[in-house]
Formats: sequence, C-alpha cells, structure tokens
Amino acid sequence: MIVLAKQVPDTRNVGKDAMKADGTINRAALPAIFNPEDLNALEQALRIKDKFPGSTIIVLTMGPGRASDLLRDSLFRGADEGVLLSDRAFAGADTLATSYALSTAIKKIGDYDLILGGRQAIDGDTAQVGPQVAEKLGLPQITYSEEIINITADQIKVRRLIKGGVEVVTSPLPCLVTITGTAGEARPQNAKRVMQYKNTVAVKDDDNAVIKEWDTASVNAEIEKCGLSGSPTRVKHVENIVFQAKDSQRLGSSDNEIEGLMIELLNNHTIG
Amino acid sequence: MDTNNIFVYCEMEGGVILDVSLELLTKGKKLAKKLGCNLDAVVLGESLDNIGDVIFPYGVDTIHVVDDKRLVPYTTLPHTKALCELIKRHKPQICLMGATIIGRDLGPRVSSTLTSGLTADCTSLEIGDFSDNKNKKEYKDLLYQIRPAFGGNIVATIVNPDNRPQMATVREGVMKREIFDENYKGKIIKYDAKDIFDDTDFVVKVIERHVEKAANHLKSSPIVVAGGYGVGSKEGFDNLFKLAGLLKAEVAASRAAVDAGWIENERQVGQTGVTVRPKLYIACGISGQIQHIAGMQDSSMIISINNDPEAPINAIADYVITGSVEDVIPKMIKYYKQNSK
Repeated sequence: MIVLAKQVPDTRNVGKDAMKADGTINRAALPAIFNPEDLNALEQALRIKDKFPGSTIIVLTMGPGRASDLLRDSLFRGADEGVLLSDRAFAGADTLATSYALSTAIKKIGDYDLILGGRQAIDGDTAQVGPQVAEKLGLPQITYSEEIINITADQIKVRRLIKGGVEVVTSPLPCLVTITGTAGEARPQNAKRVMQYKNTVAVKDDDNAVIKEWDTASVNAEIEKCGLSGSPTRVKHVENIVFQAKDSQRLGSSDNEIEGLMIELLNNHTIG
Repeated sequence: MDTNNIFVYCEMEGGVILDVSLELLTKGKKLAKKLGCNLDAVVLGESLDNIGDVIFPYGVDTIHVVDDKRLVPYTTLPHTKALCELIKRHKPQICLMGATIIGRDLGPRVSSTLTSGLTADCTSLEIGDFSDNKNKKEYKDLLYQIRPAFGGNIVATIVNPDNRPQMATVREGVMKREIFDENYKGKIIKYDAKDIFDDTDFVVKVIERHVEKAANHLKSSPIVVAGGYGVGSKEGFDNLFKLAGLLKAEVAASRAAVDAGWIENERQVGQTGVTVRPKLYIACGISGQIQHIAGMQDSSMIISINNDPEAPINAIADYVITGSVEDVIPKMIKYYKQNSK
C-alpha cells in the first residue's frame, strides 16, 4: 500500500511573509503540520495492515527536507517505510505537475495494490491531486471515501459520500482511494516505535533505507513536466483581503442595548 | 471542429439537472456573450428526451447528449471518457462544472487526461488579459479564475495561458441563476455510446446508494443564526438553536465550529460549504475568515456578536455587539419573547 501525504502550512497561523512575490507559498515562514485528511488515510492503511499483517505501508510525500518529519511521524504510527520526493525542480508545482511527480515516484515503487490519500489538503482545498495521480497511472479512483468496508486480493469495497447521502462502490485493484475527515481518526504514535525511529533520517537513493530520498533523476521525471514549467495554471495576482467597512452600529452587551436592538428589529419587520 | 465555445457539464441527480449547473449556464452565457462564442451544455445520463425544454431557456446553443443507462448513477471513468471525447472533438476554450462531490471527482480526472489547468472552488469568473512577464507573452481574453486560497488569507486570480480548455469548478449558490430567454432554442447533438465506451470504463460498480432529503433549509431560510469558534462548545449551539426556533431561522456554522465537532458539516457556510443570502445573518463568535465571508456577504443585514471588537467580520456587519455569545444570545431570546406578540 502507498499512502500519499503532504506536510502543509498550518493555515490558521499565517503571517505577512507567507507569500512570495511570484504568488507561490513561502513555506519556510509557516508552522508545518501533517495534513489532517492524510492522517485519516494513513489510519485506513493501518487498519488493513491490522487485518493482513504481511502487508507493507509506504508513505510518499513531496516537499523540502523538513517534510521528512511527516515520514518519521508516519513510522511512529505504524508505517513501514517513507519516501521523500525532493528536488528544487518540483518547486512551484500546481496540482497537475505535483500529480505527475508523484506518479513517477509511484512507478518507481512499482509493486502496490492500493494507493490511499487524504481527500484534500488544507492549504489548497482543491481535492485534485488524488484523481490526477489515478489518471496518470491509469487506475480507477474512489474519492470522498469514509470507510474501506472490505478488501480482497483483487477487489476493494468502499463507502463514500455523495450529495446528500452515501453509496457503496466496488473497484478492482489496484486503485486509488481518497479519504475524508469523517473517516476514523488516526491512532496515536506508538512509544516503542518513537524510540526505534526517532533518529531515522532520509537517505538519498538508498533502496535499503527506511526513509528514502529521491530527486527528479531517481524517478526519471521529465523536468519540463515538473514544477512551474509543468503547471498549466499561473497565479496572475494575489491580494490580501481588506473588507470594505460599512457604517456599523456598535453596541455593548448590556440588557438595555440588546432589548433596544430586538425592539428595533421587530419594529422594522426584520424579525417577526 | 475548433469551436472555441464554453462547455458547461450539467450534473444530474434523480433525473433532474442540479441548481449549480443552471447557475453555471447563466454565468456561462454571460461569458460567452463577452467572448462572442456559443454556450454548449454537456448532459450525460439516461432518458434525456426532454432535456432541451429545461436548459435551452438559459441561452444554450448546443446540447451534447450521451444517453446510456450505464451513466447513472455517476461513476468516474465513463463520465471522464465522454467529456474528454466531446472536448477533443469540439475544442471549447472554457469548461465549467459544479464544485460538487461529482465535479470535484470528474474535473481533476479530465484535466489530467487533457493536461489542462483546473481551478477548484472559484468564487468569481471574469474575462481579462494577462501579461506573462517572464516569457514576454501577451494573452487576450483569458478566464480569470478567482478563489480564496491559503486558509482564506488571500484571494488569488488564476489563469491558464496556454492549455485548453480553461477549467474551473464553482460551488452551488455562488453564481446567480437566471433564465436568458424562455423561447431560446438551440440544437441537440446525440452521440452513440457504442462509439465512446468500452467495458473497462465500467469496472467501478455502485452497489448501494442512500440519498436523503436535505436535513435543513439553510439556503432558502430568510434568517440565519450562525455560530463560530466563539460559541465555545456543542452545548453553546443549543442556545443558537433556541433563538433560531423563535425567529423561524436556520442554524449555520463556520468551518471552525464544524471542525471542532460541535455541529454537522451540512450547516457549514462558506467557500467549502453553503452560500446563503438571507435578509438577516446573525454571526455569533465568528471571526470572519474570507472563506466564511464568501458564503454570507450578500446577506441584507448582518449582526456580529463577538468578544473581539476588531474581528474582521465586524467590518461588513450592520450591527456589532461586543460581548460574549454566551451572554448575548440568552438576552436576545429574553427580549424577543418580551417584545414580540
């Protein structure tokens, strides 16, 4: 099994230096966390491994060197291996260039039955990378999944969200499944595994390393399909939002003021 | 045939075209007039004989129809195949779809197949020019795909200079829906499923399906009482429900309150939730991130209740009550009861 995961800026704590002049994100200026729905995806993989102890979980991430924190965190929770895909040539990628890069790494891993990932990442909220990776690999996809109900040697059965409800679908394996935040929460780090892997670092192009680091050459990626040059979308401009101030009426919370407001709303028929 | 038209993928549920698709046809017609091109609708489903009656009035010039029972319910692969095939044949310059679960499943798959750029969850679409300073190239009449990004701290305008079609998804309720001309008539082109699909497109099977009627009427409610992180707890929402009950209002929430598990996500207002336009919106303990604002800024009147007198939402509020939700809501309940008949 391969789990796609992303280290994301904690978008609840964004400072002024968060964006670079070209409109891409200055990740160095922000606290980085494990994308929440990717943790849900890792948990689904771990549950399958609980049932089939012989299976292997490889967590794949693309990002700068510090993204190996996410891979160590995955090892602490029960993943077997990590792959860090890291190269300056990947920088500035939109979802399509990201998907291309991930698909080259998945092809290098080669042997897999199932690819899991979070439905979307909290920094972009696009939900595009999962389906695009599936397309690049020619695999069926099941998005918005809440639970893997059953998995056999050649088929997976999944409950997924649809507009106003749920459906149960089956797909042949291999396939790619994206997991929503409504799925089971990730198990905590295991103290023993923390001791075992806390000093594990990414090792470049070493097939025996627990955390492997690959660059564009390791995965035979075509440079023009990576990073900014492989991205059909361009950020024309960005603006920090300043709301147009209305003339608001300011009130305190005293009984008099609240009563006055309710009478006013009743009198002008805003409320009935 | 290089038509340079605008495609709108029309999503169906239970044999009915979704509101979001009709909203996109409305927007698509405006963009098409600006660009001097036609508006095309793509409808993939079964029993589509009367489809023209429903969507021609939105100003649709051509409806592309693939009618096959295997297209219902939606699965990714055949819908991708059919839409890609139609795009390859007709080469539209723009392709729009709803940012629904289906649109967000289909859009990226199609964009990857065609290597075209896709922008998710746009809040506005405009036509304009673009100068690529790096490559010293000028582009005329591109689609500006405008969306909040990055936790709502910025609004980004995205363009796809070179790849076609320019693709975007838009949430339900963001665009207005308007009949263009009751008597408008275009043409329908039907395609034979046999020419498009093979058996491998149908390997994913839907074996069970439960669709429930909407649990709330948030979108159509004239009064909305919305709670954010400042409500403080699940129990805090009980007071909001009490007030909403009295005012015949619906309860909504910000993403922060939904993420905290205090309320179900069907009630989330904002870019990744529902867009509402009530006559009164009471924002309780909502700081007002741009994603939330995007979903409620067209409310006729906004009351903000917040401990923080500088909360961003106060800037768009008609009344700002500085105080705790816990304190203010019971008072509103009390004085509503005392003064209403």
